[in-house]
Amino acid sequence: MTIVNAVLQGIFLGAFYAVLACGLSIMFGVMRIINLAHGDIAVLGAYVVFVIVQGTGMSPFVAFVVALPVMIVLGYLLQLTILERSLKSGILTPLLATFGLSIVIQNLLLIKFSPDVRSLGGEAGAVTTSSWQVTSGLSVSALGIVILVVAVLVFGALQLFLSRTRAGWMMRATADDADAAELAGIDSRGVYARATALAVAIAALGGLFLAIRSVFDPLSGPTQLIFAFEAVVIGGMGRLWGTLLGGLALGVAQTLGAQVNPEYSALSGHLLFLAVLVVRYGGLRLSFRAAR
Amino acid sequence: MTLLKVEDLDCRHGLLQAVRGVSFEVAQGETVALIGANGAGKTTLLRAIAGAHKPHGGRVLLDGADVTSMPAHRRVSLGIALVPEGRRLFPSLTVEENLRVAAARRGKWTVQSVLEVFPLLQPRRHMAAANLSGGEQQAVAIGRALMSNPRLLLLDEVSLGLAPIVVDAVYRSLAGILGEDTTVVVVEQDLTRALKVASRVICMLEGRIVLESAASSLDRDRVVSAYFGLKRPA
Repeated sequence: MTIVNAVLQGIFLGAFYAVLACGLSIMFGVMRIINLAHGDIAVLGAYVVFVIVQGTGMSPFVAFVVALPVMIVLGYLLQLTILERSLKSGILTPLLATFGLSIVIQNLLLIKFSPDVRSLGGEAGAVTTSSWQVTSGLSVSALGIVILVVAVLVFGALQLFLSRTRAGWMMRATADDADAAELAGIDSRGVYARATALAVAIAALGGLFLAIRSVFDPLSGPTQLIFAFEAVVIGGMGRLWGTLLGGLALGVAQTLGAQVNPEYSALSGHLLFLAVLVVRYGGLRLSFRAAR
Repeated sequence: MTLLKVEDLDCRHGLLQAVRGVSFEVAQGETVALIGANGAGKTTLLRAIAGAHKPHGGRVLLDGADVTSMPAHRRVSLGIALVPEGRRLFPSLTVEENLRVAAARRGKWTVQSVLEVFPLLQPRRHMAAANLSGGEQQAVAIGRALMSNPRLLLLDEVSLGLAPIVVDAVYRSLAGILGEDTTVVVVEQDLTRALKVASRVICMLEGRIVLESAASSLDRDRVVSAYFGLKRPA
């Protein structure tokens, strides 16, 4: 039963990773940008929610709705000011630009909020503490359910957007071939800005969950980025449903590893990531061919 | 009435000058064939007219309005559509999505009317564009351009990489389109075909226009010498 429980808790944890990874996956899928500031943007979102909660005393969930327009505007500005310019000069420049942005965000947060560790777990109310004891070894937390349901809703809504709406087709068309999309009358700059705004908004949702389910500080971003990046790669770069599955797989690997020894939690996630890399990108196949 | 006017256009790819001081006009409803050897600058010229290539100098005017600095997608909404070389469909979109996503201007061309002109696409409507044959892909590429209800249609090597029998079918469908009031500039390697569809022929050589003539008064020898630059006009 402890294994079943570990898998279940892993799925809840993985749903959180999937939400974190979603925006990273969108930006890579549409613009081929690996946004190294993604984790810091999530943490920035957590701080925006934190400030609103501190100032008004409202629930973090309501505060997130208030923070959402701010993050969407930030996403637009990020694309139009930094990413658009860096995209013009090859694939390395966006990587360096977002690496720089990551450092800037971390230090601005440090200046403004000090290195103190914060959490919104208390302000979120009963949802963080409630759970159901299914059997003796199996408990389901309310927050775990909330995150899992929201993750599935986010990915499902994105899927519908991309497959059913004209704006979604425009995004896929631009991802396929931005030059041809322009010639078909699609404003690729606008599509890129919308994709980034969407990614930043979903990153902020990840930040909200981070703030509620555990703690955060100005330097929490890079760790979130690593887990999000692993989820994207495990699921297959640029594949949306793959990212959800990748997040879940990463979460389950971590909780199963923690069953063996709590120290192995992150390690077993990294091992899964490496195993996927080796199998998918031909390392194994190459050595088989060489052996033949 | 002049629909398209190109004035002293210069286009470069880095240090290479692909189009050198090209000027010409296309009247409303006219079909012009642009011919020339590989590397003569035909594709670059079309892309500059469509807004996909930023010219180094000169002007492009549509209906008297200067569109030289306008991005490609805004030119589409003014009525310029390019069927790019190599078709360039959106492979992850279905045929119908490829058409619908390009519906920039209202007019007689809808998914329905495009499928009527290219009935071969009807059964492929919900297939991913990546899984189509070359001829079917070309039909989608032309249909996609028509979906914006262009006033000026630019066709870049629609016969490239297609079997002759498929090219015939594509041109037969085109005849129905070219007969309408749409203005067309077509880049075509096959001279006989170019002379058949166009009322006027412009021949380019090394980035310059070396011959411009009505299709009816054109003899093959003059075209051949202009095409290969055997006897350069003074």
